[in-house]
Amino acid sequence: MLLHISSDGPPIYDQIADQIRFRIVAGQLKTGDELPTIRGLAQSLRVNPNTVARAYRELEQQGLVEKRRTTGTFVAELTQRHGIAQRRRMLAPQIDKLLIQSRQLGLSLDDVISQIQQRNEQISPEVKSS
Amino acid sequence: MSASIQVAIEPTKYAVDIRHLSRKFWGKTALDDVSLQIPVGSIFGLVGLNGAGKTTLIRHVIGGYKALHGSVSVLGQNPAVYPERLLKRMGYMTEEDSLPKWMHVGELIDFSAAVYPTWDQRYAAELIDQFDLRRGAKLSSLSKGQRARVGLLVAIAHRPELLVLDEPSSGLDPIARGDILEAVIRTISQDGRTVLFSSHLLDEVDRICDWISLIHDGRIAETLTMEQMQSRYCEVIGSWVSTDNSMPKIDSAFGWIRKGNEWSGVVSVEVIDAAMGDPRFEVFQRRELTLHRWFAARVMSLGTQVADAKSPEEPTHA
Repeated sequence: MLLHISSDGPPIYDQIADQIRFRIVAGQLKTGDELPTIRGLAQSLRVNPNTVARAYRELEQQGLVEKRRTTGTFVAELTQRHGIAQRRRMLAPQIDKLLIQSRQLGLSLDDVISQIQQRNEQISPEVKSS
Repeated sequence: MSASIQVAIEPTKYAVDIRHLSRKFWGKTALDDVSLQIPVGSIFGLVGLNGAGKTTLIRHVIGGYKALHGSVSVLGQNPAVYPERLLKRMGYMTEEDSLPKWMHVGELIDFSAAVYPTWDQRYAAELIDQFDLRRGAKLSSLSKGQRARVGLLVAIAHRPELLVLDEPSSGLDPIARGDILEAVIRTISQDGRTVLFSSHLLDEVDRICDWISLIHDGRIAETLTMEQMQSRYCEVIGSWVSTDNSMPKIDSAFGWIRKGNEWSGVVSVEVIDAAMGDPRFEVFQRRELTLHRWFAARVMSLGTQVADAKSPEEPTHA
Protein backbone atom coordinates (compact mmCIF):
# COMPACT_ATOMS: atom_id res chain seq x y z
CA MET A 1 0.00 0.00 0.00
CA LEU A 2 1.36 3.38 -0.95
CA LEU A 3 0.40 5.48 2.02
CA HIS A 4 1.69 8.98 2.53
CA ILE A 5 3.04 9.90 5.95
CA SER A 6 3.62 13.55 6.62
CA SER A 7 5.83 14.64 9.48
CA ASP A 8 3.82 17.69 10.48
CA GLY A 9 0.30 16.45 10.73
CA PRO A 10 -1.84 14.34 13.01
CA PRO A 11 -0.18 11.41 14.80
CA ILE A 12 1.23 8.83 12.39
CA TYR A 13 -1.14 6.04 13.48
CA ASP A 14 -4.02 8.38 12.67
CA GLN A 15 -2.64 9.08 9.22
CA ILE A 16 -2.29 5.36 8.51
CA ALA A 17 -5.77 4.52 9.84
CA ASP A 18 -7.31 7.42 7.89
CA GLN A 19 -5.83 6.37 4.58
CA ILE A 20 -6.78 2.73 4.98
CA ARG A 21 -10.27 3.77 6.08
CA PHE A 22 -10.56 5.88 2.95
CA ARG A 23 -9.54 2.94 0.76
CA ILE A 24 -12.14 0.73 2.41
CA VAL A 25 -14.94 3.27 2.14
CA ALA A 26 -14.03 4.21 -1.42
CA GLY A 27 -14.12 0.55 -2.35
CA GLN A 28 -10.48 0.15 -3.33
CA LEU A 29 -10.23 -2.39 -0.54
CA LYS A 30 -13.17 -4.80 -0.52
CA THR A 31 -14.67 -7.07 2.08
CA GLY A 32 -12.34 -10.00 2.65
CA ASP A 33 -9.28 -8.27 1.20
CA GLU A 34 -6.18 -8.81 3.25
CA LEU A 35 -4.27 -5.85 4.64
CA PRO A 36 -0.47 -5.91 4.51
CA THR A 37 1.20 -7.52 7.51
CA ILE A 38 2.11 -5.13 10.32
CA ARG A 39 5.81 -5.73 9.84
CA GLY A 40 5.62 -5.47 6.08
CA LEU A 41 3.75 -2.18 6.16
CA ALA A 42 6.02 -0.81 8.92
CA GLN A 43 9.04 -1.58 6.80
CA SER A 44 7.72 -0.04 3.62
CA LEU A 45 6.43 3.08 5.41
CA ARG A 46 9.52 3.22 7.62
CA VAL A 47 7.53 3.60 10.79
CA ASN A 48 7.57 1.71 14.07
CA PRO A 49 5.64 -1.60 13.88
CA ASN A 50 3.75 -0.61 17.06
CA THR A 51 2.42 2.43 15.23
CA VAL A 52 1.00 0.26 12.45
CA ALA A 53 -0.41 -2.13 15.05
CA ARG A 54 -2.12 0.81 16.75
CA ALA A 55 -3.67 1.95 13.47
CA TYR A 56 -4.94 -1.58 12.79
CA ARG A 57 -6.31 -1.78 16.33
CA GLU A 58 -8.23 1.42 15.76
CA LEU A 59 -9.69 0.14 12.48
CA GLU A 60 -10.62 -3.08 14.22
CA GLN A 61 -12.43 -1.22 17.01
CA GLN A 62 -14.40 0.67 14.39
CA GLY A 63 -15.41 -2.62 12.84
CA LEU A 64 -13.68 -1.89 9.53
CA VAL A 65 -11.22 -4.74 9.67
CA GLU A 66 -11.04 -8.02 11.53
CA LYS A 67 -8.09 -10.01 12.77
CA ARG A 68 -8.18 -13.67 11.99
CA ARG A 69 -5.94 -15.58 14.29
CA THR A 70 -2.60 -16.51 12.67
CA THR A 71 -3.68 -15.56 9.16
CA GLY A 72 -3.75 -11.77 9.20
CA THR A 73 -5.98 -8.72 9.07
CA PHE A 74 -8.90 -8.55 6.63
CA VAL A 75 -11.44 -5.97 5.57
CA ALA A 76 -14.61 -6.75 7.51
CA GLU A 77 -18.09 -7.09 6.20
CA LEU A 78 -19.42 -3.66 7.02
CA THR A 79 -23.18 -3.78 7.01
CA GLN A 80 -23.77 -7.10 8.66
CA ARG A 81 -21.62 -6.48 11.67
CA HIS A 82 -23.54 -3.54 13.05
CA GLY A 83 -27.14 -2.46 13.28
CA ILE A 84 -28.14 0.80 11.69
CA ALA A 85 -28.37 2.68 15.00
CA GLN A 86 -24.94 1.50 15.98
CA ARG A 87 -23.51 2.54 12.65
CA ARG A 88 -25.07 5.97 12.98
CA ARG A 89 -23.59 6.39 16.43
CA MET A 90 -20.15 5.66 15.06
CA LEU A 91 -20.48 8.69 12.86
CA ALA A 92 -21.47 11.08 15.66
CA PRO A 93 -17.99 12.25 16.68
CA GLN A 94 -17.09 13.10 13.08
CA ILE A 95 -20.36 14.96 12.62
CA ASP A 96 -19.74 16.96 15.79
CA LYS A 97 -16.27 17.84 14.60
CA LEU A 98 -17.61 18.89 11.21
CA LEU A 99 -20.35 21.02 12.73
CA ILE A 100 -18.00 22.78 15.12
CA GLN A 101 -15.55 23.53 12.36
CA SER A 102 -18.17 24.76 9.93
CA ARG A 103 -19.60 27.10 12.60
CA GLN A 104 -16.14 28.42 13.29
CA LEU A 105 -15.70 29.05 9.58
CA GLY A 106 -19.13 30.72 9.36
CA LEU A 107 -20.52 28.16 6.88
CA SER A 108 -24.24 27.42 6.91
CA LEU A 109 -25.59 23.90 7.41
CA ASP A 110 -27.03 23.93 3.86
CA ASP A 111 -23.62 24.82 2.49
CA VAL A 112 -22.02 21.95 4.41
CA ILE A 113 -24.69 19.48 3.24
CA SER A 114 -24.23 20.44 -0.38
CA GLN A 115 -20.46 20.08 0.02
CA ILE A 116 -21.01 16.60 1.45
CA GLN A 117 -23.12 15.69 -1.56
CA GLN A 118 -20.51 16.98 -3.94
CA ARG A 119 -17.75 15.02 -2.23
CA ASN A 120 -19.90 11.92 -2.24
CA GLU A 121 -20.24 12.12 -6.00
CA GLN A 122 -16.48 12.46 -6.35
CA ILE A 123 -15.83 9.34 -4.30
CA SER A 124 -16.48 6.04 -6.05
CA PRO A 125 -20.22 5.32 -6.71
CA GLU A 126 -19.84 1.92 -5.04
CA VAL A 127 -20.43 3.61 -1.70
CA LYS A 128 -24.14 3.97 -2.36
CA SER A 129 -24.74 0.33 -3.06
CA SER A 130 -23.03 -0.94 0.08
CA MET B 1 0.78 4.25 35.05
CA SER B 2 4.30 5.49 34.55
CA ALA B 3 5.46 3.99 37.81
CA SER B 4 3.99 0.58 37.04
CA ILE B 5 5.82 0.41 33.75
CA GLN B 6 9.15 1.18 35.39
CA VAL B 7 8.62 -1.55 37.96
CA ALA B 8 7.02 -4.19 35.76
CA ILE B 9 10.05 -4.82 33.54
CA GLU B 10 12.67 -7.12 35.03
CA PRO B 11 16.34 -6.21 34.67
CA THR B 12 16.96 -9.04 32.20
CA LYS B 13 14.52 -7.38 29.84
CA TYR B 14 16.91 -4.50 29.30
CA ALA B 15 19.32 -4.56 26.41
CA VAL B 16 21.09 -1.59 27.96
CA ASP B 17 21.00 -0.74 31.65
CA ILE B 18 22.82 2.38 32.76
CA ARG B 19 22.76 3.44 36.40
CA HIS B 20 24.01 6.72 37.84
CA LEU B 21 26.62 7.22 35.17
CA SER B 22 28.65 10.41 35.49
CA ARG B 23 31.58 11.58 33.40
CA LYS B 24 33.75 14.64 33.40
CA PHE B 25 36.31 15.70 30.87
CA TRP B 26 38.94 18.06 32.22
CA GLY B 27 36.63 19.14 35.01
CA LYS B 28 33.74 19.82 32.64
CA THR B 29 30.65 17.68 33.22
CA ALA B 30 29.66 15.64 30.16
CA LEU B 31 27.28 13.19 31.85
CA ASP B 32 25.68 13.82 35.22
CA ASP B 33 24.02 10.93 37.07
CA VAL B 34 22.51 9.37 33.96
CA SER B 35 20.22 6.37 34.42
CA LEU B 36 18.70 4.77 31.36
CA GLN B 37 17.05 1.41 30.72
CA ILE B 38 16.45 0.28 27.15
CA PRO B 39 13.91 -2.56 26.96
CA VAL B 40 14.73 -5.49 24.69
CA GLY B 41 12.79 -5.22 21.44
CA SER B 42 12.41 -1.47 21.45
CA ILE B 43 13.58 1.26 19.15
CA PHE B 44 14.96 3.74 21.62
CA GLY B 45 15.49 7.30 20.48
CA LEU B 46 18.06 9.45 22.26
CA VAL B 47 17.43 13.09 21.45
CA GLY B 48 19.13 16.28 22.52
CA LEU B 49 20.83 19.38 21.26
CA ASN B 50 24.34 19.25 19.89
CA GLY B 51 26.79 18.79 22.74
CA ALA B 52 24.12 17.51 25.15
CA GLY B 53 26.04 14.28 25.79
CA LYS B 54 24.49 11.84 23.30
CA THR B 55 27.77 10.65 21.81
CA THR B 56 29.53 10.44 25.19
CA LEU B 57 26.69 8.26 26.44
CA ILE B 58 26.81 6.05 23.36
CA ARG B 59 30.59 5.61 23.65
CA HIS B 60 29.99 4.17 27.11
CA VAL B 61 27.51 1.72 25.61
CA ILE B 62 29.89 0.45 22.93
CA GLY B 63 32.80 0.17 25.36
CA GLY B 64 34.72 3.14 24.01
CA TYR B 65 34.68 4.71 27.45
CA LYS B 66 34.83 2.86 30.74
CA ALA B 67 32.24 3.81 33.34
CA LEU B 68 34.21 5.60 36.08
CA HIS B 69 31.22 6.64 38.18
CA GLY B 70 28.11 4.50 37.95
CA SER B 71 27.56 1.33 35.93
CA VAL B 72 26.83 0.33 32.36
CA SER B 73 25.50 -3.07 31.38
CA VAL B 74 24.90 -3.99 27.75
CA LEU B 75 23.28 -7.32 26.84
CA GLY B 76 24.11 -8.39 30.37
CA GLN B 77 27.80 -7.52 30.12
CA ASN B 78 30.05 -4.68 31.13
CA PRO B 79 31.11 -3.30 27.74
CA ALA B 80 34.49 -2.14 28.99
CA VAL B 81 35.51 -5.70 29.98
CA TYR B 82 36.22 -7.98 27.00
CA PRO B 83 34.59 -5.51 24.59
CA GLU B 84 35.19 -7.90 21.68
CA ARG B 85 32.77 -10.43 23.19
CA LEU B 86 30.10 -7.78 23.19
CA LEU B 87 30.94 -6.06 19.92
CA LYS B 88 30.24 -9.19 17.89
CA ARG B 89 26.67 -9.11 19.22
CA MET B 90 26.31 -5.44 18.39
CA GLY B 91 26.18 -3.29 15.29
CA TYR B 92 27.40 0.28 15.38
CA MET B 93 27.26 3.13 12.95
CA THR B 94 28.17 6.75 13.52
CA GLU B 95 27.77 10.02 11.71
CA GLU B 96 31.52 10.27 11.40
CA ASP B 97 32.81 9.08 8.12
CA SER B 98 35.08 6.57 9.85
CA LEU B 99 35.36 3.70 7.35
CA PRO B 100 38.86 2.85 6.07
CA LYS B 101 38.76 4.73 2.80
CA TRP B 102 41.76 2.93 1.28
CA MET B 103 39.77 -0.31 1.21
CA HIS B 104 37.48 -1.56 -1.52
CA VAL B 105 33.82 -2.23 -0.74
CA GLY B 106 34.30 -5.99 -1.21
CA GLU B 107 37.39 -6.07 1.00
CA LEU B 108 35.62 -4.33 3.86
CA ILE B 109 32.65 -6.68 3.55
CA ASP B 110 34.88 -9.78 3.47
CA PHE B 111 36.83 -8.46 6.44
CA SER B 112 33.63 -7.89 8.40
CA ALA B 113 32.31 -11.32 7.41
CA ALA B 114 35.46 -12.86 8.88
CA VAL B 115 35.22 -10.87 12.11
CA TYR B 116 31.57 -11.58 12.92
CA PRO B 117 30.70 -15.23 13.58
CA THR B 118 27.02 -14.60 12.89
CA TRP B 119 27.57 -12.88 9.51
CA ASP B 120 24.65 -13.62 7.19
CA GLN B 121 26.07 -14.01 3.69
CA ARG B 122 22.69 -13.99 2.01
CA TYR B 123 21.50 -10.91 3.86
CA ALA B 124 24.75 -9.13 2.96
CA ALA B 125 24.34 -10.04 -0.70
CA GLU B 126 20.78 -8.81 -0.63
CA LEU B 127 21.87 -5.50 0.89
CA ILE B 128 24.66 -5.05 -1.66
CA ASP B 129 22.03 -5.48 -4.31
CA GLN B 130 19.47 -3.24 -2.67
CA PHE B 131 21.99 -0.46 -2.02
CA ASP B 132 23.41 -0.79 -5.53
CA LEU B 133 26.97 -1.22 -4.25
CA ARG B 134 29.89 -2.44 -6.36
CA ARG B 135 32.37 -4.68 -4.56
CA GLY B 136 35.22 -3.37 -6.69
CA ALA B 137 34.66 0.30 -5.87
CA LYS B 138 37.12 2.00 -3.59
CA LEU B 139 35.51 3.52 -0.49
CA SER B 140 37.28 6.82 -1.14
CA SER B 141 35.59 7.07 -4.53
CA LEU B 142 32.06 6.70 -3.17
CA SER B 143 29.63 9.49 -2.38
CA LYS B 144 28.88 10.18 1.27
CA GLY B 145 25.50 8.50 0.90
CA GLN B 146 26.95 5.34 -0.62
CA ARG B 147 29.66 5.21 2.04
CA ALA B 148 26.95 5.48 4.69
CA ARG B 149 25.21 2.50 3.08
CA VAL B 150 28.41 0.46 3.29
CA GLY B 151 28.71 1.46 6.95
CA LEU B 152 25.11 0.42 7.49
CA LEU B 153 25.65 -2.92 5.75
CA VAL B 154 28.60 -3.87 7.96
CA ALA B 155 26.61 -2.75 11.01
CA ILE B 156 23.61 -5.00 10.33
CA ALA B 157 24.63 -7.97 8.15
CA HIS B 158 25.64 -10.04 11.19
CA ARG B 159 22.11 -9.47 12.51
CA PRO B 160 23.19 -7.87 15.77
CA GLU B 161 21.14 -8.18 18.94
CA LEU B 162 21.72 -4.50 19.60
CA LEU B 163 22.10 -1.94 16.83
CA VAL B 164 23.54 1.39 17.93
CA LEU B 165 23.24 4.30 15.54
CA ASP B 166 24.83 7.59 16.55
CA GLU B 167 23.38 10.37 14.40
CA PRO B 168 23.44 8.06 11.38
CA SER B 169 21.53 10.42 9.11
CA SER B 170 23.43 13.65 9.60
CA GLY B 171 24.30 15.23 6.31
CA LEU B 172 22.81 12.45 4.20
CA ASP B 173 20.35 12.77 1.34
CA PRO B 174 16.72 11.73 1.95
CA ILE B 175 17.05 8.44 0.04
CA ALA B 176 20.04 7.33 2.10
CA ARG B 177 18.20 8.38 5.27
CA GLY B 178 15.23 6.28 4.16
CA ASP B 179 17.50 3.26 3.67
CA ILE B 180 18.77 3.66 7.22
CA LEU B 181 15.27 3.87 8.66
CA GLU B 182 14.20 0.83 6.70
CA ALA B 183 17.18 -1.11 8.04
CA VAL B 184 16.21 -0.15 11.58
CA ILE B 185 12.65 -1.37 11.09
CA ARG B 186 13.93 -4.56 9.52
CA THR B 187 16.28 -5.18 12.41
CA ILE B 188 13.54 -4.73 14.97
CA SER B 189 11.20 -7.00 13.02
CA GLN B 190 13.24 -9.94 14.27
CA ASP B 191 12.25 -10.85 17.78
CA GLY B 192 14.53 -9.78 20.57
CA ARG B 193 16.51 -7.19 18.59
CA THR B 194 16.94 -3.72 20.02
CA VAL B 195 17.94 -0.44 18.43
CA LEU B 196 19.44 2.60 20.11
CA PHE B 197 19.12 5.55 17.79
CA SER B 198 20.51 8.99 18.55
CA SER B 199 19.38 11.85 16.42
CA HIS B 200 18.30 15.43 16.44
CA LEU B 201 16.15 14.82 13.39
CA LEU B 202 12.90 14.64 15.32
CA ASP B 203 10.83 13.63 12.30
CA GLU B 204 12.80 10.40 12.05
CA VAL B 205 12.61 9.75 15.77
CA ASP B 206 8.86 10.36 15.65
CA ARG B 207 8.44 7.82 12.88
CA ILE B 208 10.43 4.92 14.17
CA CYS B 209 10.97 5.11 17.93
CA ASP B 210 8.75 3.72 20.64
CA TRP B 211 10.85 5.05 23.51
CA ILE B 212 12.31 8.54 23.73
CA SER B 213 14.82 9.97 26.12
CA LEU B 214 15.86 13.61 26.14
CA ILE B 215 19.38 14.38 27.28
CA HIS B 216 20.25 17.97 28.09
CA ASP B 217 23.48 19.32 29.54
CA GLY B 218 24.55 15.78 30.38
CA ARG B 219 21.40 14.92 32.30
CA ILE B 220 18.41 12.81 31.29
CA ALA B 221 15.48 15.20 31.39
CA GLU B 222 12.76 12.63 30.74
CA THR B 223 12.36 9.11 29.36
CA LEU B 224 8.97 7.96 28.10
CA THR B 225 7.17 6.02 25.41
CA MET B 226 5.55 7.79 22.49
CA GLU B 227 2.14 6.75 23.83
CA GLN B 228 2.96 8.16 27.25
CA MET B 229 3.84 11.46 25.65
CA GLN B 230 0.26 11.76 24.50
CA SER B 231 -1.38 10.24 27.54
CA ARG B 232 0.65 12.27 30.06
CA TYR B 233 0.68 15.67 28.47
CA CYS B 234 -1.25 17.94 26.22
CA GLU B 235 -0.59 21.32 24.71
CA VAL B 236 -2.86 24.17 25.74
CA ILE B 237 -3.27 27.41 23.86
CA GLY B 238 -4.91 30.41 25.43
CA SER B 239 -4.68 34.05 26.32
CA TRP B 240 -5.30 36.42 29.20
CA VAL B 241 -8.73 37.96 29.36
CA SER B 242 -7.20 41.19 30.62
CA THR B 243 -4.35 43.08 29.00
CA ASP B 244 -1.93 41.22 31.23
CA ASN B 245 0.59 39.40 29.09
CA SER B 246 2.85 37.78 31.66
CA MET B 247 3.70 34.11 31.45
CA PRO B 248 0.77 32.02 32.74
CA LYS B 249 1.42 30.40 36.11
CA ILE B 250 -0.06 26.94 35.99
CA ASP B 251 1.16 24.12 38.18
CA SER B 252 3.24 21.55 36.32
CA ALA B 253 3.01 23.46 33.02
CA PHE B 254 6.27 24.12 31.22
CA GLY B 255 7.74 25.40 27.99
CA TRP B 256 5.52 28.44 27.57
CA ILE B 257 5.92 30.30 24.30
CA ARG B 258 4.12 33.43 23.27
CA LYS B 259 3.04 34.60 19.83
CA GLY B 260 1.33 37.98 20.07
CA ASN B 261 -1.06 37.66 23.00
CA GLU B 262 -1.47 33.88 22.68
CA TRP B 263 0.38 31.53 24.95
CA SER B 264 1.10 27.86 24.33
CA GLY B 265 2.29 25.58 27.10
CA VAL B 266 2.66 21.89 27.89
CA VAL B 267 0.49 20.68 30.78
CA SER B 268 0.24 17.36 32.50
CA VAL B 269 -3.11 15.72 31.67
CA GLU B 270 -3.66 14.60 35.26
CA VAL B 271 -3.84 18.09 36.67
CA ILE B 272 -5.09 19.99 33.68
CA ASP B 273 -8.65 20.58 34.87
CA ALA B 274 -7.51 21.76 38.28
CA ALA B 275 -4.79 23.85 36.74
CA MET B 276 -7.08 25.58 34.30
CA GLY B 277 -9.19 27.09 37.09
CA ASP B 278 -7.97 30.66 36.61
CA PRO B 279 -10.90 32.55 35.03
CA ARG B 280 -8.58 35.33 33.87
CA PHE B 281 -6.74 32.97 31.54
CA GLU B 282 -8.93 31.59 28.79
CA VAL B 283 -7.82 28.31 27.22
CA PHE B 284 -9.31 27.94 23.78
CA GLN B 285 -7.52 24.90 22.49
CA ARG B 286 -6.11 21.66 23.83
CA ARG B 287 -4.29 19.41 21.49
CA GLU B 288 -2.18 16.28 21.45
CA LEU B 289 1.42 16.92 22.25
CA THR B 290 3.80 16.39 19.36
CA LEU B 291 7.39 15.26 19.73
CA HIS B 292 8.59 18.62 18.42
CA ARG B 293 6.57 20.54 20.97
CA TRP B 294 7.64 18.28 23.83
CA PHE B 295 11.28 18.62 22.85
CA ALA B 296 11.15 22.40 22.58
CA ALA B 297 9.24 22.72 25.85
CA ARG B 298 11.58 20.43 27.78
CA VAL B 299 14.71 22.10 26.47
CA MET B 300 13.29 25.53 27.30
CA SER B 301 12.28 24.60 30.83
CA LEU B 302 15.72 23.13 31.49
CA GLY B 303 17.47 26.07 29.91
CA THR B 304 15.90 28.45 32.39
CA GLN B 305 16.60 26.21 35.36
CA VAL B 306 20.20 25.43 34.63
CA ALA B 307 21.78 28.31 32.83
CA ASP B 308 21.58 31.91 33.87
CA ALA B 309 24.03 33.28 31.37
CA LYS B 310 22.44 32.00 28.18
CA SER B 311 18.82 32.81 27.58
CA PRO B 312 16.72 30.04 26.05
CA GLU B 313 16.40 30.50 22.36
CA GLU B 314 13.08 30.78 20.61
CA PRO B 315 12.31 27.21 19.55
CA THR B 316 12.05 26.74 15.82
CA HIS B 317 9.85 23.66 15.94
CA ALA B 318 6.95 25.19 17.80
